[in-house]
Amino acid sequence: MNVVYFAWVRERIGLPQETVKTDAATVNDLIAELSEREERYAAAFADISALRVALDQELSDFDAPLDGVREVAFFPPMTGG
Amino acid sequence: MTVRVQAEPFDAGAELNAFAQGRTDIGAVVSFTGVVRDTKGDLQEMLIEHYPGMTESAIAKIAQEATTRWALTDVLVIHRYGPLKPGAPIMMVATASAHRAASFEAADFLMDYLKSRAPFWKKEVTAQGAAWVDAKDADEDALKRW
Repeated sequence: MNVVYFAWVRERIGLPQETVKTDAATVNDLIAELSEREERYAAAFADISALRVALDQELSDFDAPLDGVREVAFFPPMTGG
Repeated sequence: MTVRVQAEPFDAGAELNAFAQGRTDIGAVVSFTGVVRDTKGDLQEMLIEHYPGMTESAIAKIAQEATTRWALTDVLVIHRYGPLKPGAPIMMVATASAHRAASFEAADFLMDYLKSRAPFWKKEVTAQGAAWVDAKDADEDALKRW
């Protein structure tokens, strides 16, 4: 699964994107899995309320299932306009 | 409906003229141009990051929603990304309709949604360093009126 990061999430993790092998059932499970891996993930995912998630480029929820999803994106709330 | 996501600058006046030119079916055109503001007088650059692919589809979806809510003849959205200087236009929205109320309301709706539902992030670069611009609660609250 392709996992992409934007803005300060990207900076904190130190990568714009990566391929992650996972059996995580939901976004929350994926976050828990990544956070256990390394401190930089734990730091980026420390406060979920400061984050948004998109599944295959559609805004989604943290309890959404990952079944069939190809791309997960994590980023802070958007500031367009 | 036209949606453009680009690094290049644009001329808001020329875009607006082209948008309305030659049309006899519209009675009102409303436009908004967002400009890089130097709030404290020390802004060197505004960096705009976006999510290629999702940005275009998210904006198209927002514009589509506007056309179902209001009787619009046409919609234009241009949004830039990359490093921008103070005073540079960041984005513009234009709406055309038979009567002004639809154009005003739809432009307002588009702006509210573009601010917090299109995947853009702003970073301010000053001599003191660089900092991401936080989303405001007011921006999220603004969506509730629609």
